[in-house]
Amino acid sequence: MKRLYLLLGLLLLVLLLLPLVLDKYALGIFVMIFFYAYLGQSWNVLTGFTGHISLGHALYVGIGAYVSTFLAQKFGLSPWLGMLAGGVLATLVALSLGFLGFRFGLRGVYFVILTISCAEIARLVVSHIDAVGSFSGIFLDFKPGLANFQFRGNLPYYYISLGFMVLGSLAVHLLARSRTGRLMVAIREDEQAALALGVNTFKYSMTTIGISAFMTSLAGTFYANYVYYLSPNSMFGMGLSIDLILRPIIGGLGTVLGPIIGSFVLTPLSEVSRAYFAKGGLEGMHLVLYGVLAILVVLFMRQGILVYIKRALKPLLKLED
Amino acid sequence: MNLALALQLLIQGILLGGIYGLTAVGLSLIFGVMGVINFAHGQMMVIGMYISYWILVLVGLDPYLSLPLAAGAIFILGYVIQSTVVNRILDFPEAMQVLPLVAMGLILENLALLFWGPDHRSPSTALGLATFTLGTATVDVSRLIAFSLAIAFTVALFLFLKKSAIGKRIRAAADNRLGAQLVGIKVNRINNIAFGLGAATTGAAGALLLPLMPVSPHLGHDFTTTAFVVVILGGMGNLLGALVGGLILGVTESLATLLLPATLKQVVSFGLLVVIMLIRPQGLFGGRR
Repeated sequence: MKRLYLLLGLLLLVLLLLPLVLDKYALGIFVMIFFYAYLGQSWNVLTGFTGHISLGHALYVGIGAYVSTFLAQKFGLSPWLGMLAGGVLATLVALSLGFLGFRFGLRGVYFVILTISCAEIARLVVSHIDAVGSFSGIFLDFKPGLANFQFRGNLPYYYISLGFMVLGSLAVHLLARSRTGRLMVAIREDEQAALALGVNTFKYSMTTIGISAFMTSLAGTFYANYVYYLSPNSMFGMGLSIDLILRPIIGGLGTVLGPIIGSFVLTPLSEVSRAYFAKGGLEGMHLVLYGVLAILVVLFMRQGILVYIKRALKPLLKLED
Repeated sequence: MNLALALQLLIQGILLGGIYGLTAVGLSLIFGVMGVINFAHGQMMVIGMYISYWILVLVGLDPYLSLPLAAGAIFILGYVIQSTVVNRILDFPEAMQVLPLVAMGLILENLALLFWGPDHRSPSTALGLATFTLGTATVDVSRLIAFSLAIAFTVALFLFLKKSAIGKRIRAAADNRLGAQLVGIKVNRINNIAFGLGAATTGAAGALLLPLMPVSPHLGHDFTTTAFVVVILGGMGNLLGALVGGLILGVTESLATLLLPATLKQVVSFGLLVVIMLIRPQGLFGGRR
């Protein structure tokens, strides 16, 4: 294990120094890699570890993006503080969703549909609130400065998103090793058995959905201040909910490194192929490929790419299983 | 409140509800037999719409006449999806069952975008604007036809499952997969047919919808979620429940426009869904699991 941490440390060092040799376009791709890795990690906490499948995580991204932007525009509050406000609201929303779902033991497809419905309700309602631009969304004014969470060039965004990814993954790693983390996995493997052994599955399911929603909403604030534009469809839409679950699944569901590896594989592929196909007038082609890839991974590499990487590096890192 | 308007909306709701019911019956059949949710259901319906649109524009054949072709094409699509993907994932953990069908929806939606572009297309059909009056209310002829055919198809599917040999095998496979296998039923093939039939109903619903609303690639996902709501209302795997659920949802959405902007009517149906899931998750009429 020691060698694994050493390797990860080295990789982090490389990532810290990498901007020295990257141009603006490449930096942008890395920002997206880190962003989606962090988002995937946030979703992974809930679905990967506890096994409650959410297909509505865009709900929390949307809350994070809209709350911080609204507070910044109306009251001039720094998005750094707005981000926390959004996180609190997202957590409250997630807890009420979780309360409804977990209290009745809604599992599997029922819980999936509950999460989709709540995200859709939010998307439709936000589309009708004039104070946040209704259907057309909000354009953010560009006011660069650390307090405004807005910067010239991609470099600051690179380090912020890298920080999100590293700290988020570290938090999930510590959580997974704690007693709570073990109980989360017990719920995923067999909720009835865990219940029979006296685990308060409701409490731990609520804890996880709260953590997951809080982490996810922080990414929303980041994204809003990176693209300077929010719309109900892009922030609350089902497209984003699907997008953010692909990376952890392709990398390895329920593992800390899975979302990161998945993002390093899928995000550049998606960014490059999107640009390539759009140039050829084939808008949407990259999403077709995405879908095919996702199906192939589920059919033939169910445990994700991470397992293969681990197997290849086993002799080098002296890993136990 | 304006009573004449309410009556008008009630009629429209019932008529549209028939089509909701038809697509939901397909979703419910697929869930009842395989225990998976077809997250690509609405996208399949959109492909059905585009097929009848294509036939209408290229050959001039009315959607009602090209309906068997649309339904047949979507049957084949469903059959192929089941035999290549879904049969392999039936024993996977749930998260892994959800993703392939969500991905399938993504694929179909974007293939539609590639083939037909992002524009809304509303073809003019022979009966497109024909109406007649019933007391104070006006009834669209194409809505009435769509409703009648939707009900007829649902009844036909129901009878097929009850009476025919294949129908009986499908029900046996739904009831107990292992038991069906033991008595010599080729369960994988029966699954393919069941998924194909479920897909065909949504393809037929697409052909029926074409005269009623403009078609666009991104329409599918709304109909997938609508079908979820209907199926949960009626009870997962309960076909007649799905039909009744469709009517209830059609009327609810339609009457909701009395109080809310039309674009918010889905909030009402999602709200209904959440309430039903919380107080009666087995659906109004009881489900299979």
